[in-house]
Amino acid sequence: MVKGLGNIFRDGVFQDNPVYRQILGICSALAVTNLLINSFVMGMGLIFVTSFSSLTVSLLRNHTPSHVRMMVQTLIISAYVIIVDIVLKAYWPAMSDALGPYVGLIITNCIIMGRCEAYAQKNKPLPSFFDGIASGIGYMVVLLAIAVFREFLGFGTLFGISVVGDWWTNWIFMVMPPGAFFMLGILIWIANTYIPAKDEKLGGAK
Amino acid sequence: MEINPFTILIASIFTNNMILANFLGMCSFIAVSKEIKTSLGLGQAVTFVLTGTSVINYLVYTYILEPYGLEYLRFIVFIITIATFVQLVEMIIERYVPTLYYSLGIFLPLITVNCAILGVSLFMVIREYTLLQSLAFGIGSGLGWTLAIVALAAIRQKIKNAPIPKGLQGAGVTLIITGLMALAFIGLSGVVTIQ
Repeated sequence: MVKGLGNIFRDGVFQDNPVYRQILGICSALAVTNLLINSFVMGMGLIFVTSFSSLTVSLLRNHTPSHVRMMVQTLIISAYVIIVDIVLKAYWPAMSDALGPYVGLIITNCIIMGRCEAYAQKNKPLPSFFDGIASGIGYMVVLLAIAVFREFLGFGTLFGISVVGDWWTNWIFMVMPPGAFFMLGILIWIANTYIPAKDEKLGGAK
Repeated sequence: MEINPFTILIASIFTNNMILANFLGMCSFIAVSKEIKTSLGLGQAVTFVLTGTSVINYLVYTYILEPYGLEYLRFIVFIITIATFVQLVEMIIERYVPTLYYSLGIFLPLITVNCAILGVSLFMVIREYTLLQSLAFGIGSGLGWTLAIVALAAIRQKIKNAPIPKGLQGAGVTLIITGLMALAFIGLSGVVTIQ
């Protein structure tokens, strides 16, 4: 069952992408994508937490009694989220304010728990670590894809730099909640149409 | 922060709806909203747990964490409180109200990982609510969540036989509908505003 690193990454980022394929972790995916920079920071935070909690869960997997493993996983995840929160508060308070409670909500992001439970619990530390990174990157890619459109249409900027002239009329609608729902819905539509699911591919249906 | 608790209650149901304005609790929102009856059951359970945990977390935060300067531990403490509360509620309901237990049964454990619950506690801390305001916020958020999920379930039942393009079926179209609902709720934003 040991997959090559390349496979882990391809699955995590494209075929089994946590957001548009497994519909996990979409709370924060919707909330922070009104600006590219927020999405980027959130993605980095998630990559850090997912990879290190997968690593830790995997290291402890032979010493954790199975009936308390959920609680142990939650505590491990919380510990890493606290690190992210403290670092953000100390070095980038403005970003910490902008993300508000959504940093703390990384704990209940189902992607991390899902990877710990489905992969790290059964695999060696190093593959688990990379599996965590792959899922995190898959999450960040989707976030950035949504954010590019929302920030561009909503503010006419990318990473806060204006890319269109004064003639541009902002689509305020895109930075409000409905814009997020529509963008994610359309993205899932595109992904389902053009990126074949794994089992279909194995069946030779391309 | 002298907002009337009643204002918070109304605002968290309509204008600051947990799902439609803050995107919290989306996972179960998409997964469970296939039938009105189950949605209502989950909504009740969420409202109940939200009301309880917002008060408990407020007390824990104000009287234990803050005096000792342990605010940074709030994530761990809140999640433990929520998990314990859900476990306790499950045991009490099973013992005394078995009929309710069987109707809520499967949903209760799911609630621990519902981001709306943790989200309400975190918002409460960030916005520096008082006890009464937290209680109103908890109840209102729960009711708002229930309202949104039941409405979505009703819409989804109506369009069950609609010819939807293949790639859009399931999660895709559900998100688009949610977007339309959010759009409709923005129309109410003039009624009350809190931040």
